[in-house]
Amino acid sequence: MTDTMPHAPAPAPDEVMDDSAFVLAHGGDWNDVASEVARLQEERIVISMGPQHPSTHGVLRLVLELDGEYVKETRVGLGFLHTGIEKTMEARSWNQAVTMVSRCDYVASMCNELTYCLAVDKLLGITDQIPERAQIIRVLIAELARVSSHLVALGSLGNELGGTTLMTVTFRGREYILNFFEAVTGQRMNNAFIRPGGVAHDIPDEAIDQLIADWDKIMLSIDDLDDLLTENPIFRGRCEGVGVLDLSACMALGLTGPILRSTGYPYDLRKVAPYSGYENYEFDVCTEDSCDVMGRYLVRLHEMRQSMRIVAQALAKLRATPGPIMVPDLRIAMPGQVTVGPDGQGQAPDHVKHILSDSMEGLIHHFKLVTEGFHVPPGQVFAQTEHPKGVQGVLAVSDGGTHPYRVHVRDAAFNNLQSLAAQTEGGTISDVIVCVASVDPVMGGVDR
Amino acid sequence: MVFLAGVVNPTHAVFLHDYWWVTVIKAVALLVITILFVLFALWFERRLVGRFQSRLGPNVRGPLGLLQACYDAAKLLLKEDMNVTRADKLIYILAPMLSVFASLMVFAVIPFGSEVSFGHYKTPLQLTDFPVAALYILAVTAIGVYGIVLGGWASRGNYTLMGAVRSSAQLISYELVMGLSIVSVFLVTGSMSTSNIVYGQRHIWYCILLAPSFVMYMISIFGETNRLPFDLPECEGELVAGYQTEYSSMKFAWYYLAEYINMLNVSAVATTLFLGGYRFPFTSISALNTGWWTVVWFLIKMWAVMFLFVWVRGTLVRFRYDQFMRLGWKKLLPCALIWLFVLTAAMSAIFFIPKLQQRSWWWPLAILAVFGLIIGLVILWPMPAERPVKDWSKVPYEPYAGGFPVPPMPGQTTVVSAPQPVLAAVGAAPESFAPPGGAGTLPAAPAADAEGSADK
Repeated sequence: MTDTMPHAPAPAPDEVMDDSAFVLAHGGDWNDVASEVARLQEERIVISMGPQHPSTHGVLRLVLELDGEYVKETRVGLGFLHTGIEKTMEARSWNQAVTMVSRCDYVASMCNELTYCLAVDKLLGITDQIPERAQIIRVLIAELARVSSHLVALGSLGNELGGTTLMTVTFRGREYILNFFEAVTGQRMNNAFIRPGGVAHDIPDEAIDQLIADWDKIMLSIDDLDDLLTENPIFRGRCEGVGVLDLSACMALGLTGPILRSTGYPYDLRKVAPYSGYENYEFDVCTEDSCDVMGRYLVRLHEMRQSMRIVAQALAKLRATPGPIMVPDLRIAMPGQVTVGPDGQGQAPDHVKHILSDSMEGLIHHFKLVTEGFHVPPGQVFAQTEHPKGVQGVLAVSDGGTHPYRVHVRDAAFNNLQSLAAQTEGGTISDVIVCVASVDPVMGGVDR
Repeated sequence: MVFLAGVVNPTHAVFLHDYWWVTVIKAVALLVITILFVLFALWFERRLVGRFQSRLGPNVRGPLGLLQACYDAAKLLLKEDMNVTRADKLIYILAPMLSVFASLMVFAVIPFGSEVSFGHYKTPLQLTDFPVAALYILAVTAIGVYGIVLGGWASRGNYTLMGAVRSSAQLISYELVMGLSIVSVFLVTGSMSTSNIVYGQRHIWYCILLAPSFVMYMISIFGETNRLPFDLPECEGELVAGYQTEYSSMKFAWYYLAEYINMLNVSAVATTLFLGGYRFPFTSISALNTGWWTVVWFLIKMWAVMFLFVWVRGTLVRFRYDQFMRLGWKKLLPCALIWLFVLTAAMSAIFFIPKLQQRSWWWPLAILAVFGLIIGLVILWPMPAERPVKDWSKVPYEPYAGGFPVPPMPGQTTVVSAPQPVLAAVGAAPESFAPPGGAGTLPAAPAADAEGSADK
């Protein structure tokens, strides 16, 4: 060992370390940090907000240096909900991996699935072959997921400001959307409904009737939220001029979604780079010019109405467009239209009849599909969609096998969280929670 | 003042003649009633908030869920009583008790009803009364702050300390407003004894006669009781639970109890000072204003104020600390002072103009008060500014103005400066994004500015 070898800095002297406030100091020279803290600790409090805190959306950790009520320094600690989703996907077939990606941003599962499936479609080279009806269903489902995600975001914003009623108002509307998801997919969350090549199965008519019957209740929830918050002077006082990030800040930090649109820049992938047939729908990109939390709130609020507009159009299209909901290639398509058989298990009788008595080739494909999944040509693609939180991207790498070689999810909230220090430093501790809520991080997606 | 001469309550002297054991019975009854009220208030609030929030609220334990609060209390009693190791033990344990003690004292001077008779024995439904009873209320509620401040300080936590500091600042600010609004009641009544104040409202309630005071009092009691929208000391979104974060089991229950007793207190005080106390509205028929009926009117009014508490909690969001202080010191306090000045001037005018000293002397004052309130609300009602909508076509496009290259906004076409090397701008970015200490605003990068002006 020579002196030129890199080594840990000398331990801080005891008089600095006695029982001063605990400080998290990643990076930098510990001696510098310790002496700086020793100098400031007479005046400053270091608060570790989270990972167990009512307002940190799960397990976000914020290390705040406070001077009285004012935040002097914010550090964001992530990783408390790291579940290794991306790694686990490598041990699943391409189809099974949908269930993993569904659990990333669990508030808007369908949107995650859509991004992932677009990437796999691209790898398979079947992007153009996705049936029209499947495209419509994907849009319909993703937009409803967007509404439900925004409802959760705004409801928790209200809840963190003390308005518990706002939480119930929004969750009431979300409940009807989740009921629809349940009627369609059998599950309320983590649906694994959108699949490579199309969707898992067709939407039952009863589900559509149910959605139409609940339509006004969903809209009422949005309107109630609008009535309770938008003109409320206390709420506006809390949100206006808080967490200001202008366009250049958003560009520098790579922020997308409502935060970017609240600067007035109408960047919405559904318009900029349409996918799944979004070019066929009429909707507006909602923007605000105020760059603050209030702007983000309004963008989300108006986006929900636009999403419902898209859903209405999708419902009309759905009625006019019968047809398959999965690519016809039997090497990729799992049998759709599963019904409950006499034994109580899900069965696809027509498909079973087809492969057992009509087609030897069909049987082979089915056997291969179920036992090992489908092969995906080697390559590397990146697909991105407009997720409720911002731009979500999926980088999928295939080595030609039946399992992903690597899947990386670019979660919008992960990037957006990087802006917290810029948003909160200099504000009060009360503004911190407003800023966190305006980013709307879902830690499942952030930490993956 | 001449016209106030008749205000002195004929029953006032009765308290002096109560036997000592009557006082003891009254005191014990008050304690029991207060605890029962708290249990009821818990149920009341949860049921109502449930209704506001499209859910049921407690409905399992007991009829209509009425026993839910008892189950909750039992749960709190049976929970593990945890202590903070580094806490200042004595103060840590005493603080919640101090809170409860202070809050229990207020009911002593609240008149629940007029004189009632038990057989031959006649006594007012009030534990005691004395010439400065209303001041006593202010004094006792001020002691309650010590419970919160000391508890927050003694548990040696960051959140608790911040909750305690907020609480003390808040209570001091809002007690000023509260005190000033009550002063107007003293002025008109000519007395500080609660039974006299109720008696003084036999013609017209002070909530109309002194409408601005009433509104200010109602605002300040939300600050006084740490309830939404002013629940900053314990705001669960920011400070976890504020001063009571480190309290568990029965010690937490003490705080919980104190909070609800305080709500009941201020409701009862509001009823007594402004809503006519135990008197039936708009009439002085003696059958309605004597005997046990008066208790009914009192309770209805008191629970109406409690309803307001719950209603506000189910509707509003929380203030920020600085905004809340600004409201107290820059809006409410000047308003209270101005109103007190106007009121004194008006009272002097009434005193000096003999015609106004007729039986209905209060009408001009009531009209003045209501108009004053309306004018005050019109001036002070927070009208949010219009949301900014920028016409981007009129804003010149300066891609490097913010320190990082940005694309043009829709409608923005003018290119001011020639494209500059992107890498230079990226290199300049970290400096320009160093937070200036302001509330998150980002300054224009000096380097980029200089280059831009050179190009022009």
